[in-house]
Amino acid sequence: MPIKTYREAINEALRQEMEANDRVIIIGEDVAGGAGGSAGGAEAAGGVMGITAGLATKFGRDRVIDTPITESAIIGMAAGAALTGMRPVAELMFADFIGVCLDQIYNQAAKFRYMFGGKARTPLVVRTMIGAGMGAGPQHSQAIYPMLTMIPGLKVIVPSNAYDAKGLLIQAIRDDDPVIFCEHKSLLGDSCEVPDEPYAIPFGQAAITRKGSDLTLVGISRMVKFCNEVADRLKQDGISIEVIDIRTTSPLDSNTILESVRKTGRLVVVDEANPMCSVASEISSIVASEAFDHLDAPIKKVTAPHTPVPASPTLEALYLPTPDKIEVVIRDLLER
Amino acid sequence: MRTIREFEERLHVEFLSGSVPGFLHLYSGQEAIAVGICEQLDDDRDYIGSTHRGHGHCIAKGVDVKAMMKEIYCKKNGVCGGKGGSMHIADLDKGMLGANAIVGGAPPLALGAALSAKLLKTGGVAVPFIGDGAANQGTVAESMNMAAVLKLPMVFMFENNGYAEFTAASYATAGSIEARAKAYNIPAVTVDGADFFAVHEAAREAIERARNGGGPSAIEAKAYRFWGHFAGDPQRYRAPGETKELRENHDCLKHFSERVTQAALLDQAEMNAIDVEVMQLIEDAVAEAKADPQPDPESLYKDVYVSYN
Repeated sequence: MPIKTYREAINEALRQEMEANDRVIIIGEDVAGGAGGSAGGAEAAGGVMGITAGLATKFGRDRVIDTPITESAIIGMAAGAALTGMRPVAELMFADFIGVCLDQIYNQAAKFRYMFGGKARTPLVVRTMIGAGMGAGPQHSQAIYPMLTMIPGLKVIVPSNAYDAKGLLIQAIRDDDPVIFCEHKSLLGDSCEVPDEPYAIPFGQAAITRKGSDLTLVGISRMVKFCNEVADRLKQDGISIEVIDIRTTSPLDSNTILESVRKTGRLVVVDEANPMCSVASEISSIVASEAFDHLDAPIKKVTAPHTPVPASPTLEALYLPTPDKIEVVIRDLLER
Repeated sequence: MRTIREFEERLHVEFLSGSVPGFLHLYSGQEAIAVGICEQLDDDRDYIGSTHRGHGHCIAKGVDVKAMMKEIYCKKNGVCGGKGGSMHIADLDKGMLGANAIVGGAPPLALGAALSAKLLKTGGVAVPFIGDGAANQGTVAESMNMAAVLKLPMVFMFENNGYAEFTAASYATAGSIEARAKAYNIPAVTVDGADFFAVHEAAREAIERARNGGGPSAIEAKAYRFWGHFAGDPQRYRAPGETKELRENHDCLKHFSERVTQAALLDQAEMNAIDVEVMQLIEDAVAEAKADPQPDPESLYKDVYVSYN
């Protein structure tokens, strides 16, 4: 099977869905790039990270629409277009900018179906970039998916690898509900086997990336990579870790997590987001309420601290959960 | 216009009697604006985005009056099943994208409806209604810029009723709204919002421009709010007699009546017949809304998603 990067997988998902359905359009800042420039409007960027590169040249600027830097207008326009027959994929360059347009996401798009008495469909995808690891500082590095996960009406997707990124994005574009698709900027260059043909991965189905019996390790987005690394490392010491990639925070596949914890008796949740009111705390709460009798040790979270993301690469490395930090927590729990 | 007036005046009475839940923002006085433009819009291809003061826009766009009344009473057979209430009435089949409880919430959504119309080549037009208060929101500036940049088929319908909640537009809105639109190269005019014919003519030109690919236009209608910000607002910010004066000298219904009878388009008997018909409709709507059942408890959980488990 061909090897593709996370970035290429996302681009391919967009291209294939645009080929399949001419109502799929892309809206955002610099999604083509170069509109109105002195080079005569040639496609110049494909987004700040080049993820949508080539799509404007292939599908034209009516379907890959460069916008002014106006997030409320972008998200609102995409939501309105979704409500009136299109299947827009809006790009919110960095998830940190969501404060600028949050009203259009949580008060508008997320509520249309419910508050309009079930008569609205809002097939809107908001692609956005999360995560630290590039020294981009406090306003370009946050993992704010917990804030979105708590909003009824939104589906929130956190792919950890290129294969999932393609399949989950195709599902997001075909889905009739508003979907927030969180791409991790530190995963863009990571690669794995990705089929050429289109395929959709259903939401709400976690993946077990390592089978194990001693402890359940739940990861989100980039943290799954660290979890797998720790599991492989501990395996050499005869420690058997089960790793779960939740893939979507809403809907959340709590069954897979509960089943695993009932088998292993121990749980560590690894989340790059800040710890308070987070997905990690929600998972911990579910397991504490539903599988308390099966626990042989306390539930532990490995998360970022309750601080903004620092720009200093030294401090940023301290901010992020790492395989080493995860390993320490696991070894401690296994001794209890 | 008469239907909107009776709907609102009756609701005001009902609200004060305590039978209507939530907040109520009345449109009385501004009817000529909603009707002046919506009367020229189609159900199936033209969209409006509304405000928290949205009942008049809904009625003008053809939303069923009885289903609206049930919705305002938050009853089972309301147009949104009782989940929207007064500030969130929507009917997509009528091209009504929703009243909007967020000031400045609708213009970005209207951009989307205009984009759909442009890409699907329906010839449709999108009209966001925007109060003078909302005119100061960033979303409105963003939307005018975006509409101009993408040359979207839109008419920005500003309704300047002189007050943003309790604060006067003369205090809170710098410069002129018309001038703001013009700064985006959007053709804009100011009209008397109590003059149905003036609104109608300005709207006709703007809609035609949008349908012909000429891009967005803006209309600032000077509007007259007969009631306060919400039903029950004591309006201590207004000089005594202000609303009385507005009702006497700036009533769009009186103005309309005088114009059509003078021009012999309708006679007084025909006007009276309309009034009788409207009174009966509103009477029935209130009675049916009161009699309508409460929403089923299980509907609480329905329609969060298209398929909700």
